[in-house]
Amino acid sequence: MSDHAYNFAYLDEQTKRMIRRAILKGIAVPGYQVPFASREMPMPYGWGTGGVQVTAACLTPEDVLKVIDQGADDTTNAVSIRAFFARTAGVATTEATDQASVIQTRHRIPEAALTEGQILVYQVPIPEPLRFLEPRESETRRMHALEDYGLMHVKLYEDIARHGEIATSYAYPVKVEGRYVMDPSPIPKFDNPKLGGMAAIQLFGAGREQRIYALPPYCDVVSLDFEDHPFVASKADHACDLCGSEVSYLDEVIADDRGSRMFCCSDTDYCAGRRAAGHRGRLSPEEVA
Amino acid sequence: MYVAVKGGERAIGAAHEWLAEERRGDPAVPELSVSQIREQLALAVNRVMAEGSLYDPDLAALAIKQARGDLIEAVFLIRAYRTTLPRFGASEPVETAAMVPDRRISATFKDVPGGQILGPTFDYTHRLLDFKLMAEGEAPQARRAAPRDEPCPHVLSLLDRDGLMEPQAPGEATPPDLTREPLEMPAGRPLRLQALTRGDEGFVLSMAYSTQRGYGRTHAFVGELRIGRVPVEMEIPELGFAVEIGAVELTECETVNQFTGSKSEPPQFTRGYGLVFGQSERKAISMSLVDRALRWEELGEENTGAPAQDAEFVLYHCDNIQATGFLEHIKLPHYVDFQSELELIRRLRAEAMGEREAAE
Repeated sequence: MSDHAYNFAYLDEQTKRMIRRAILKGIAVPGYQVPFASREMPMPYGWGTGGVQVTAACLTPEDVLKVIDQGADDTTNAVSIRAFFARTAGVATTEATDQASVIQTRHRIPEAALTEGQILVYQVPIPEPLRFLEPRESETRRMHALEDYGLMHVKLYEDIARHGEIATSYAYPVKVEGRYVMDPSPIPKFDNPKLGGMAAIQLFGAGREQRIYALPPYCDVVSLDFEDHPFVASKADHACDLCGSEVSYLDEVIADDRGSRMFCCSDTDYCAGRRAAGHRGRLSPEEVA
Repeated sequence: MYVAVKGGERAIGAAHEWLAEERRGDPAVPELSVSQIREQLALAVNRVMAEGSLYDPDLAALAIKQARGDLIEAVFLIRAYRTTLPRFGASEPVETAAMVPDRRISATFKDVPGGQILGPTFDYTHRLLDFKLMAEGEAPQARRAAPRDEPCPHVLSLLDRDGLMEPQAPGEATPPDLTREPLEMPAGRPLRLQALTRGDEGFVLSMAYSTQRGYGRTHAFVGELRIGRVPVEMEIPELGFAVEIGAVELTECETVNQFTGSKSEPPQFTRGYGLVFGQSERKAISMSLVDRALRWEELGEENTGAPAQDAEFVLYHCDNIQATGFLEHIKLPHYVDFQSELELIRRLRAEAMGEREAAE
């Protein structure tokens, strides 16, 4: 049931058109940050206004929308954004990754491989991968234009010199199609290998910073590293205590005040699907009972 | 046994109900009406209109009521509403020289054509709590006088006539619109002024204050501060002429700044400009100081590295809706990122401890 006081998917058609233009430009120049006239949305900056605007510009009435935050469909902000589009666009929503045509995400890429025809929309807080090396936008835009990424390599090298490894565990920078260094949004670096060669379209929206960027399907994406210190996608060295998966990204949950921990899949749909298929983990109800 | 947190939807619904109850407060106390807020908290209403970039006292008062008096939250409500409004066009520039001011002062001249008008100001009140206001039912009456029947030209235009003021070239016919185009650097003066007039009062005030304390000093005098209503006219294409569509109350501040000249400019007075919706003089004065500080480059002044001279720093951080959104978003779940940090720190720590043991 949609709310007829607002245009389909909340934004007016002119605004959606402006955003679609930015998206198309982003897809044409993979990894390049396209400035766009981000609108004030009825949720705060930092809550995913960039992603929400990109999703609004992509949605059609036939779409099926999935929204996740931290990999889960039931986190409060995912619930809130899903309800927003259910109300303003009246689109069908789902928690099943393979049923969704548009997936808006914060901080994760679903475990299941996405397919052609799907769109993955990322919420991005700081789109500029060089920002914490150089705070000035005018300067970082110049660096991108000149492909001047020496500062980034020095930073990674200094990490190795000090810690023996690159001390970036999320929002790990990547190079796109051998040209632009890009911030993949604060996904754990575990997810980085899924960015490249993905069949789905990946769109990144940063509302407050007024930037959109994109990865077209089957795009070449390489996590920055050195030959003698290759990139390693890491996760907690455990299996999911609910579904037993040994390959999914895990949340660590403090189970009591004596320091007990349990680990479970961050991707709730993936975990529920495995349990429905009969997979069991260390703490699955059967074993506990 | 840990149960995955479910029921986010129910929790959100219950939180909204609780919020509504708290907003109303004790039901034994009469409810505030929007018109009471509009009339009796007018300066809060003005601030919400200015930073919300929407001139509508009733909606601003409603936003203040809905936001429980949190003005930044009220500004946010107004901004989000404003975005959904269709744009019919742009008004003609408002003629502030033709304003019949409620308040008009110049700090640079003892008297000026049109006169000094103190108006409804806190300036010379003694800040003593007036306990009589705790009783209700007062309706004070001010004494009246007939307005002086003479024009009230801008004070700076008088200096202008003597050639002592920097000449101000007319700008582009249609200035860029901050709310329709992404803010990109370098930003011209129209964009800077737009950002400042909707910028956070506290931020702009502190930036202005920093220039007074020496971080990018601009030697500012308040050439003129005027507050009053001006008509807004708009040209209707079908009619072919401009018609009056309403009036807005504005605070305008022009500072006169000493300027001993640079390689490109002769010694003269320069100006800083502030224009804000409603009676908002702290904001208008602050804005004019920051505007002047940001003009160092065009005037050929030295960049001393002061924060108020740094357009990128000022413009990217003056918007309180952007700032509070990004600041407060760190209370949203970040456990996926935190998990990856946990693993990293554990690994680095294990290595460091291992090295220490090996050394011992």
